[in-house]
Amino acid sequence: MSDRVYLDNSATTPVAPAVLDAMRPYFDSLYGNPSSLHAFGREARRAVEASRATIAEFLGVLPEEIVFTSGATEADNLAILGSAYAPRRSGGHVVSTKIEHHAVLHSVNWLTSHGFDATLLDVDGSGRVEPDQVRAALRKDTFLVSIIAGSNEIGTLEPIAEIGAICRERGVAFHTDAVQAFGKIDLPTPSVDLLSASAHKLHGPKGVGLLVVRKKTRISPTLHGGGHENGRRSGTENVPGIVGFAAATRLAAQERDEVVARMRRFRARMIEGVGSIPGTRLNGHPMDSLPHIANFSFQGIEGESLVMRLDEQGIAASTGSACSSPDLEPSHVLVAIGVPLSMAHGSLRISTGRQTTDADIDRLLDVLPRVVKDLRDLSPFKVGEVTCTPKE
Amino acid sequence: MIEHFRHPHNMGKLANPSAIGKVGNIVCGDVMWLYIRVEKDSQGRDVIADVSWETFGCTAAIATSSMVSDLAKGKTLLEAIAITNQDVAQELGGLPPVKMHCSALAADALNEAIHNYLSEHGMPIPDALRRRHEKVEKDVAALDKRYKAFLDREQAKGDVAAAGEPSSCN
Repeated sequence: MSDRVYLDNSATTPVAPAVLDAMRPYFDSLYGNPSSLHAFGREARRAVEASRATIAEFLGVLPEEIVFTSGATEADNLAILGSAYAPRRSGGHVVSTKIEHHAVLHSVNWLTSHGFDATLLDVDGSGRVEPDQVRAALRKDTFLVSIIAGSNEIGTLEPIAEIGAICRERGVAFHTDAVQAFGKIDLPTPSVDLLSASAHKLHGPKGVGLLVVRKKTRISPTLHGGGHENGRRSGTENVPGIVGFAAATRLAAQERDEVVARMRRFRARMIEGVGSIPGTRLNGHPMDSLPHIANFSFQGIEGESLVMRLDEQGIAASTGSACSSPDLEPSHVLVAIGVPLSMAHGSLRISTGRQTTDADIDRLLDVLPRVVKDLRDLSPFKVGEVTCTPKE
Repeated sequence: MIEHFRHPHNMGKLANPSAIGKVGNIVCGDVMWLYIRVEKDSQGRDVIADVSWETFGCTAAIATSSMVSDLAKGKTLLEAIAITNQDVAQELGGLPPVKMHCSALAADALNEAIHNYLSEHGMPIPDALRRRHEKVEKDVAALDKRYKAFLDREQAKGDVAAAGEPSSCN
């Protein structure tokens, strides 16, 4: 695998060696259940609480405000469904956007099929929502605003500090899905009530995430059982996972400036390099973006074929197009930012990680133009100035 | 299947085609144009002497284009009409359910090309072929309806990406 280039770090990342080392003892020697009273249990409890403290400090929240979950999908569900069914609440209105991750979007949609109302805000051509749109959408019965911190598909950053301030002023809870942003950008946690994050996007293990639930933010649990995590999320804690999450957070804190600077440089190189291929566009904001995500569309070709051709050349990237999904409709995010349908199917998301090198970007920029040309030669469409039209 | 994607056969535009079958729609993410050149064989039968295609689509769409072109080459028109999407999928060693529409698209493109050839030459069109042609036309209508909002949006932007005769995405 060493000659392969992995540029799909928004999907998942390799577990960092230091993270794996930190986790290892918790599988087979320090394997106690943190709820047990004996020494095995106490050791595991100490590890979980130390991990909680590490992550809390990094985020600038209190340890007891962190609820560990099985991942960000569960954290998003807990934030949205948990707010909707918080004690003494019945019905109400949620505000979100059209470019959320499906874990948020489908949770909001589920609420609307269960008697709640929702407003999904439009975004501009770069994927940004304006704070004033949020202000205008708030109603008397709005109980939650949920807006992604940085888009998992196109990287665009949302003005969550401003939106959080508006929500604070109006007494509405504010949730942000910070899965891609966590560890990469400063998160304005003082103006956020609920925040989701996931370990495996940051060189930690899969299967562990968290929801920050600020004090005074009322949520109902969505998993019921032994009352773990202060009654907010039942289920035996994933001890190695939580330890790994904390180790990954520590690593990110140490390396962040250096890694993020590198990612920004890679992104600029990709934007310049891909931009020199005719008939391409950058999806998302050129500057106001997560450092590690770049999303492009290519006229006249389809994203899945592009990903497969790159894979044959040893380069792993992903597509936002939905050819493998039953409805075959292009990405809801690309449609929301107004990417023409003729280009929305031909999208490619490239995402870098801490292990990405300049040589990886060289390889991509060498292979990609050839693969694009090759697929365009198969296609009935020629590359036009603005759109692709049939070749005649 | 992956071999046909990696090294597709008969791709590109055909010089002097006798007929073209255009199916799919760019809004679905799959468009296939299939070119045929028809010649008489020694027994005076109409034979697909050459075939080629141009496809915008996913891995399976490209692989099925390649496969249907292999299957059709050298066949008489009557033999080629009998090629179904199951034949295409079977020859490729099976396709996942979500990709079956790609094989249907390839078989439809061949049918449309043959239908166009026969109607242009005032030749009788077999019932089965007529029915499939009508189904493709019906799919066009269904698709247009389903994607009206999307298409309106495209046109509003002046981005006219008309793509041959659209068929169903499914």
